[in-house]
Amino acid sequence: MLLHTVNKSPFEKNSLDTCLRLSAPGSCILLIEDGVYAALAGGAFAAQLQDGMRARKLYAIDADLQARGLDPAGLIDGVEVIDYRGFVELATRCDQVQSWF
Amino acid sequence: MTDEATAAPPGAVKKFMYINRRAPHGGNYAQEGLEVALIGAAFDQEVSLAFIDDGVFQLKTGQDTAAAGLKNFTAAFAALGDYEVKRIYVEAESLARRGLTADDLMPLMYEDEDDDYAEKPLIEIIGKDALADLIERQDVLLNF
Repeated sequence: MLLHTVNKSPFEKNSLDTCLRLSAPGSCILLIEDGVYAALAGGAFAAQLQDGMRARKLYAIDADLQARGLDPAGLIDGVEVIDYRGFVELATRCDQVQSWF
Repeated sequence: MTDEATAAPPGAVKKFMYINRRAPHGGNYAQEGLEVALIGAAFDQEVSLAFIDDGVFQLKTGQDTAAAGLKNFTAAFAALGDYEVKRIYVEAESLARRGLTADDLMPLMYEDEDDDYAEKPLIEIIGKDALADLIERQDVLLNF
């Protein structure tokens, strides 16, 4: 099982779209840096992300949300907010990390 | 970092996939990706390349960079077959979205030493689900 990371805003680049297309069901997706903008509940990518989450687990880094003034309460349902320690734990649970940038 | 990879003895052949997602002449990613792939293949690893998103433009036929004053490194794709690279995967969805078909891609070939050196096409166009499965089964993923 792979951990996929996305670090670009979906409004700027296609990294998230490609990640959702090419991540196998059962894998984990972690939004980091500008990637966290994808999880805004009212955003244009909310529906696509929620669709992808039916077969995948979605995470976002707390420090990256805080840095951008994003409240976890304003994210789509089902996103698990984790810290850097959680990132490391997640990475060790997965076979390898594939970064979409 | 897979269990199989960490358990493998030193010198064991690993499955390397080079993921290429950028167009060829707008930056350095594409050329460097090809160079690193050739290096990996020279070390007798099991190397494949995947072309996704604008990466599919790297394999477009008829690239002539002379007037733009650029080096046409894409001619070196023809060498991949000689380096024992046997698989180049092109994602069907990326190709279709850009209005391209298999006919727009370089006719890259390799000689199959297990089949009396028959010439075989190097490029395989595959759908997103099959490619996702392949990505999942690699030992090493390198992105360009």
